[in-house]
Amino acid sequence: MSGTMIRIRDLAVRMGDRVIASVPELDVVAGECVAIVGESGSGKTTTLLATLGLIEGADISGNIAIDGVDVLSAPLAELRRIRGSRVALVMQSPQAALNPTMRLGTLMRRALARHGVKGAEARSRAADAVTAVLLEPAILRRYPHQVSGGQAQRFAIALAIALGAEVVLADEPTSALDVTVQAEVVAVLRRLRDERGLAVLLVSHDLALVSTIADRVVVMKDGAVVESGPAADVFARPGDAYTRELIAAVPQLPDRLAAEPAEDKK
Amino acid sequence: MTERPGDDLSSPLVPSDPTARATTAPGPAASDPTAADETVPGTAAVDAAVPRGAMLRADGVTLAYGSTVVVHDVALAVGDGGVGLIGESGSGKTTLARALLGLLRPHSGTIRYGSRDLGSLDRKGRAEFRRAVQPVFQDGSEALDPRMTVEASISEALTTHHRMDRAARRARVTSLLEDVGLDPAVAVRKPHQMSGGQRQRVAIARALAVEPRLLVLDEPTSALDVTVQARILDLLERLAAEHGLGYLLITHNLGVVDRLCDTSHVLFAGRVVESGSTRDLLTRPAHPYTLALRDAVPRLGGKPPRPSGRTEAAPAASGCPFRLRCPLATDVCRDQPPAAREVEGRRVACHRAEEVLAGVPNRPVSR
Amino acid sequence: MTAPGPSGAPVAPLPLRRTALSRLVGGLAGVDRLALAGAVLLGLIVLAALLAPWIAPYPDDGGSATHPLEALLPPSGAHWFGTDQVGRDVLSRVLYGARTSLVIAVAVLALSGIVGVVLGVVAGYAGGWERDVIMRVTDVFLAFPALLLSLALAVVLQPSVTTVIVAIAVTWWPWYARLTASVAASVSTRGFVDSACCLGVPAPLIVFRHVLPNSLTPVLVQLSLDGGGVILTAAALSYLGLGAHEPTAEWGLMVQQGQSLFTTDWWVVTFPGLAILVTAFAFNVLGEGLRARLAR
Repeated sequence: MSGTMIRIRDLAVRMGDRVIASVPELDVVAGECVAIVGESGSGKTTTLLATLGLIEGADISGNIAIDGVDVLSAPLAELRRIRGSRVALVMQSPQAALNPTMRLGTLMRRALARHGVKGAEARSRAADAVTAVLLEPAILRRYPHQVSGGQAQRFAIALAIALGAEVVLADEPTSALDVTVQAEVVAVLRRLRDERGLAVLLVSHDLALVSTIADRVVVMKDGAVVESGPAADVFARPGDAYTRELIAAVPQLPDRLAAEPAEDKK
Repeated sequence: MTERPGDDLSSPLVPSDPTARATTAPGPAASDPTAADETVPGTAAVDAAVPRGAMLRADGVTLAYGSTVVVHDVALAVGDGGVGLIGESGSGKTTLARALLGLLRPHSGTIRYGSRDLGSLDRKGRAEFRRAVQPVFQDGSEALDPRMTVEASISEALTTHHRMDRAARRARVTSLLEDVGLDPAVAVRKPHQMSGGQRQRVAIARALAVEPRLLVLDEPTSALDVTVQARILDLLERLAAEHGLGYLLITHNLGVVDRLCDTSHVLFAGRVVESGSTRDLLTRPAHPYTLALRDAVPRLGGKPPRPSGRTEAAPAASGCPFRLRCPLATDVCRDQPPAAREVEGRRVACHRAEEVLAGVPNRPVSR
Repeated sequence: MTAPGPSGAPVAPLPLRRTALSRLVGGLAGVDRLALAGAVLLGLIVLAALLAPWIAPYPDDGGSATHPLEALLPPSGAHWFGTDQVGRDVLSRVLYGARTSLVIAVAVLALSGIVGVVLGVVAGYAGGWERDVIMRVTDVFLAFPALLLSLALAVVLQPSVTTVIVAIAVTWWPWYARLTASVAASVSTRGFVDSACCLGVPAPLIVFRHVLPNSLTPVLVQLSLDGGGVILTAAALSYLGLGAHEPTAEWGLMVQQGQSLFTTDWWVVTFPGLAILVTAFAFNVLGEGLRARLAR
């Protein structure tokens, strides 16, 4: 599974005569994280939703393929199948997307049953997925309102993994969370990418956060891509004034390494 | 830097020694080790942190909703310059902020404005307190009445304590808007017609309209895009210096306090677990929670900290509240709640603070 | 990998997700049309009521005129809605009846609305014992069936239009008090209320400047929804002989007087009945439209 999981060519989303997002080229291969960075209104979320064919009332042109399936021309049933099992969509507030009257375990079991996975196989898949996102299996006995934001976020990812998702689309997955929880969610995404070869498309306004996980970065402003490239290059040699502004906005902390030599050993 | 036509209107409430303040202006460079040495006698860090008489101070404040205690025995003081209060959601920081603003009565302990208890202020004292201490909340769209124009919102602040004719009010609204870096033309807009950053600027202008001496900033930037955050922080930093404001900055982001606060307190589960100079807390945290907070701040090209899966464990009901999340927790931590004590110039409530300071590598919980 | 399709080909939007835009468009196209229809219908009724003396074919028949020789004529060119037992033009009386009904509706809604909203907003903002006292009193009033309480009151007082207004208002305000209290309580927790409090704005000003205006919308919706109910209740009271009485033109009273004639002279009861129906419907449509708009 080393193919191109997401492939976007000449994407343009128009609302009336205004282009709200335009992306000439974007590929995400398995085991890679690509981040779209920009402020609200930059078109980053539009691009992500367009990738899943989730935009209504706009004029979309170009080519989008997820795992080889052309999103813009695929029949609805095919799209549903992709959304249901190949792609995990992680939103800002996952709690809203979880049925509040069901325990998380029940939610997981039903979702698996819909894909024909039952019994022992379902149990082992659920346990495996929950462990993969560093949750205790005991969490499956809780209701959505009994878990915290980060836990709900990780459960949403686990749910997708259990269903066999190989692509994660994450829309500001951490903006509503505390810094420590943010870091944990990102670390979990990172692990999944490294250990399970997931392709991750991450959308965020937080450049520093993105820089801790992204292999490649696409910077968007006012609906257009202003810069893109390998993350290290973009951060080291930002070619665009706006990218430089984003970088300058990252709060600088005193260097912990200087003060604490023992810290990063283990 | 913009011209500030409002300067000549500055009230006698604002202490008039800008030169003295300039030396204590917030900025990491000001809080070097020598300063820390001077300000740490044997007394509590709180006293050390505010050498020149705190304007607003909490002593042994416990806050509760019904029988649920959300803030335990907290002491802190805000005078000149910036004081940081760092805590995550559920730490009780917003409840504490509300109490400091006089919106909530402490269950026990006292909150004093100058030398007077907030609870016992007479009408006049209360009005004075209201003028002197102003909040800036997380979300400008929440803090502004959605049905009022910017001008009406700021005018309300202007006319609450003083009579002011229409022309003077207009002029003052214009100068306040310019002061916070907005085009005065936004005066006719309503909150929903502005961006998040603009709304927060209006909220700041409104707070400044009464010429306060102290601001309580409750997560003033966390609802905003990163670039906008940076601009709002710049603005707050400049305004605090120009107007000689003290402020309490409440946030979950250490990167923010580092810029703006000399002293900081770290709040966990309603308790202050570490306080001291911000620089110390960031470079050499003595509490494992401070350490975790610091390492969680994403930095360019850095790696996220090793995930533990336990960052959202509920605070422990007995012993040290942090122990279920703590990589260093031992039996002592389970059995005894740690008392706050003085360790290397800061006040910390942790049995193993010395080891944290010495940089003991994190190891899994021994249970 | 699939071959790239024809680039730039227009693609049908996928009907999967309600975006903010589609909600807005849907709202403007559907919901507001409903509210507009209600408003227009109600406007016509108000206009008819206001212009009754000029547009009624026989203005005198709105009052105590009698024409025994023309009693119970069926609808015709001269009397579109026919005539009643004493020969009065039913159309004229329906038009004059609109005045009575609308006056009752407006008076009841204004009285109960003002009382309910003021008590509710105070209870909602203050919380604590003030809220408890106000809400307990409200609960007591809510415990009686509205029509029963109106009946009792109407029996004690002299039957008249004023009695109807007072009786209905007394049973109606607690609903607004309760609704307003719950909305005001949630508005009171919002940042701008704290912010005003921190400025030192006095509590009464906070209540009436910030809490009240921001709590009003759902109450206004409820008021317009209730207009129909008030008219129906007023008609019921008049029908039972506890409200308006002869010779006042009032729809409920007209229905009561005409019902025994329904099998022989259907028009006497049908037209005032239809008038009640249409007016109640107009209020409801307007209220529903406003409600849907609010819920967006």
